[in-house]
Formats: sequence, C-alpha cells, structure tokens
Amino acid sequence: MATINKSAVQQIVTVLSNKRVGAYHQILLNVGDIVKSCRPGNFVAISVGGDASKMILRRAFAISRTSDSSQYGGTMELIVAPHGAGSRWLCAQSEGSELDIVAPLGTAFGIPTEPINALLIGGGYGSAPLFGLADLLKSRGCKVDMLLGASVGSKIYAPMEGKRSVNSLKIYTEDGSMGETGRVTQSLLEIIENRNIDVIYSCGPMGMLQAITELVSATEVIHQCAVEESMACGIGICMTCVLPVTKADGTTSMLRSCIDGPVMDGSSVRWDLVGKVPDSL
Amino acid sequence: MTMPVDMSTTLGNAWFPSPIFTASGCASSGKELAQFFPLKDIGAVVTKSVMTKPRHGRPTPRMAETPSGMLNSIGLQGPGIDAFLANDVPWLLEQKARVIVSIAGETIEEYSTLARKLRSISGISAVEVNISCPNVENRGLVFACDPDASRRVIDGVRKTIGGELPIIAKLSPDVTDLPAIARGVVDAGADALALINTVLGMVINIDSMRPHLGGKTGGLSGPAIKPVAVRAIYQVHAALPQVPILGMGGVSTGRDALELILAGASGVSVGTASFGNPTALIQIRDELQTLLAARGFATLSQAVGYAHREEGP
Repeated sequence: MATINKSAVQQIVTVLSNKRVGAYHQILLNVGDIVKSCRPGNFVAISVGGDASKMILRRAFAISRTSDSSQYGGTMELIVAPHGAGSRWLCAQSEGSELDIVAPLGTAFGIPTEPINALLIGGGYGSAPLFGLADLLKSRGCKVDMLLGASVGSKIYAPMEGKRSVNSLKIYTEDGSMGETGRVTQSLLEIIENRNIDVIYSCGPMGMLQAITELVSATEVIHQCAVEESMACGIGICMTCVLPVTKADGTTSMLRSCIDGPVMDGSSVRWDLVGKVPDSL
Repeated sequence: MTMPVDMSTTLGNAWFPSPIFTASGCASSGKELAQFFPLKDIGAVVTKSVMTKPRHGRPTPRMAETPSGMLNSIGLQGPGIDAFLANDVPWLLEQKARVIVSIAGETIEEYSTLARKLRSISGISAVEVNISCPNVENRGLVFACDPDASRRVIDGVRKTIGGELPIIAKLSPDVTDLPAIARGVVDAGADALALINTVLGMVINIDSMRPHLGGKTGGLSGPAIKPVAVRAIYQVHAALPQVPILGMGGVSTGRDALELILAGASGVSVGTASFGNPTALIQIRDELQTLLAARGFATLSQAVGYAHREEGP
C-alpha cells in the first residue's frame, strides 16, 4: 500500500486548448478522472520535449483549476510562463497534442471547516492556483479577498471568470503599469486588520512568501504558502527540492517540497536557512 | 511462439526473480514509488545510502539539468541507520520486496559500524557498500578513488558481517585503473560490484557567474553517462569474468539495459530514469524480456557478457 503520492497516476492526456494570456499560456488538458483527486495547491509533473528530448526531467506546474463537465469530462487548467526550454516546448503544444503527466502531486491548501475571512496573495503566475481555491473557499461560505503582484502588468494573471469568487481584488505592479505601484506586502498589515483576516493563502516567489511570513509573525493570522523549489522528480525520490522546516518537536529538517509541500505553514519554514544547511543533527 | 525468457539472476548467493533494480539514491526507501508499481515486481529495491547518524546533506540548489542528464549534490541526506532499520526495512519486507541496503561512511570504522548493525537484520538480500559517493564533504574521502582505502573498507565490512550476506562494492568511474580497484575489493571480500556511481561534474551559472550547485560539484547521471557505464562494465568483466556486476548508469530503456548486460552486468539498476518516468523500471523490465527473446536467449544469464565472445557471428 502506498503511503506517499497516494492519489498520483501517470497518464497520457490531450491538450484541449492553448491560449496566450498576457505573458503566459493558459493550457487546458483533458485528464478524465484525475480531477476527482485534485485539490487546490496540488501540482502536476509533465514530460517535455518528446521521446528524443535531451530534457530528461519532468517540469512541475501548479494546477490552476479543474472542472468536471458533461461536455469535456475532467479538465485541468495550467498557467505556464514560457521561461526555459521545457516550458517553451509545453507552450508550443497545440490542441490535440498528447502529454505524459503525473498528477495530482503534493500537499493541498487546508480548507477551513467554518466560514473565515481569507486573503489570497499571488505573485506573477503564482496567482494561478488561487482562483480555484477562491471558488472552493467561497462555496464554504468564506469571504475571499485577493492581492496580486508582479513586476509589470503583463505578468498579472487575473482572468475575468476567476474574479467572480473574490470579494475584492487589488493589483500591484513594481513599474506601476497596472494597479497600484509597489508590492503586495506594502499595506498588508493594514488590510489584515481592516478586513479581520484569519488565514492568508499565498503562492509566488520565495522572497514574497518570506516577506509575508515575517509581516504576519506578530499577528494571529495563519499563513499557508505554496513554495517553489527546483525539482527533478516531483514524487519524493530525488531529494533535490528540500527546504529547512521546523517540525513540531522544534528540530529543523530538510523536507521535500514535492511531498511535504508545496503547501506549507509559512511559519514553519526556516526562510533564513534556505540555501544553507541547519546545524548538524 | 517463443518461450518466456528466464529473467532470474544472482549476485553472490542472493537470487532475484528479475534483473532490474532501483539504483541507490534514486528511489529513497521505496515508499514513494510503491504508488506506481508493486515493489515486489522488480529484482530488488536498493535503498538510499545510509550513514550511522541522521544527516541534512548539502544546501540547495542540489540539482541542475544538463543535456541528456542531470547533476546532483544531495550529500547523503538521510535518517541514520537506526531509524532506517526500524522504519524503512520492515515496511519494504512487508511489501515482499527484496532489499539491498546501501551503506556509506566517512571513515573505514563507520562502514564496519554500519555492517555490525546490519548483521542482526533478517530478510535483506545483500549490502551495497557505497565507497564512491562524490558528494561527501571532502572529495579526498572518496574511498573508491584509492585502491588501498577501497580494500580496507571492504575488508572491514567482510570481517564484521561474516560470510553470509553478499557484499556489493559500488565503485566510481572517475579513476585511471578501474579493473585494479575492482580486483582489490574482490580480494578483500566483495562478492559483486556495482558499476558505476555518478561521474563528477560541474555547472556554472552564467548569471551569477559562480558554480550553480550549493555543493559546487555534483554527480552526473542520466543517458549522458551510459557509454561510460558500458565501458566500465566491459573492462571489469573482461578482467574479472567470474565476479557478478550490478550495472547502472543512464539506463532508461530495455535497449540500454541489454547493452549493460551484454557488456557483463548480471543485473541493472535504474536510477535517474525514474525521476522522469515513475514506471521506468517496469517498462525497462518488459522491454528487456522482449529483446532477449527476439535474440534467442532462453535465459538472462546467457546474455551476460555476450559482447565478449570470441570472433564469429
């Protein structure tokens, strides 16, 4: 019996559509029953480059959202930034192309059992999984506010349909080309206080996750963040995507962000030790 | 209609129903892959090299993808032998998996200490003595680059563990005279050899203009190193035809596995291929069986070292 990766399956799936949205590609996959076990926060690992590829490792992407419709069956949406050779290959795949995927992988955002005030914070394409999460939180009676930030306006991902589940959406860009000039963290404490925020859900660059953790450390707010560390396998066997995390007993361990994450309690991550090694055991 | 090929193999006195194994450090302790196939369906799970104490390993970044390969610098992160024997080995045995425990030490004494802990564990098939991890603190500690240190490690393990459990010595390809090192560890009591560990490499990040990996150097694995593995296995099998070899290095298809077997490997470990394809071991096992049958082999053992045969067809 598997105890790790226990919902994951490897499957060949088809691309239903691939649209350019600002600096990103919105890719919709026909994945069938896989959607039944996908939760907001989970990720998918995709083979890239085809059979003769010199790229031997899968690429991991946050699952943006899933749906189960009568017309298409189970579909999975990804928001992909064509950064490197692997993601550029993926963004070049047209409707009808086949992809080898492993999903769902990793931990999911914790969903409260009672209605709470949630603040969702996304950096760049890190906003992708937050819209599916917003739908789920709203269906549980939560009030959902959202802050999105990026360096420039073209890197803000905020689809029209995604905004329905959000009570308010505030956008920040560093160059002021969209929304307010600045960063998502600049008025964070004020927003938390004014809106009685109970839980922050975040996804984006590690610097942003660290800054949020530091800001909320003096508050009662719970901070669940989806981390981003480079991975070779996505299934827990390569040990490359580790982060220093403090466990319940107070000791710090190098945990795998693929199976103990990507969603982690921000306050348990030793951000000061990322890229370093904790004191010897 | 062809007869099914007898795929069973042996390493020392250990018997395995299939010649396809995981590679140490590429399957953690097995639980992660169990979702994708039953672990009893492969030859054996070779566990991640374990040391006496728990260990954090190297800082990140620990990985860089390279053309048809990858560099890693994990640095033997692990739970330590006591937790490993208490938690991981019993679980693997419950799955009816065959288990080869890989051990690594910083000193010759540490290997003997680890061997002493293993002596009392029943159910394991063999011990892999990893004397060639390139990611230890000090590259000078790679025992497998020093013929005398290699011999002394294996001698210490053999004396501690007694005569029963097969010892597989894992060697590095980064040496000038691999057959000489192989002969030394066999003379010291190794029953089999694991060839090859990763090849030492480096990637420089052209933005930071510094070595990319936290550990600066890393071990190169994946299809890029397969020809190095084939060469190493061929050389050592030519020198020591009676010594079984567990071959590894860039195997991602049944054709790759067959190449290593023809060069002289009695079993084949699949490592990095599992990162890209969690069911790689099963696919490789099935492809290998088909390839052997198509070439008229009734048993796997007939194909071992077949590339060394005298002139002729």
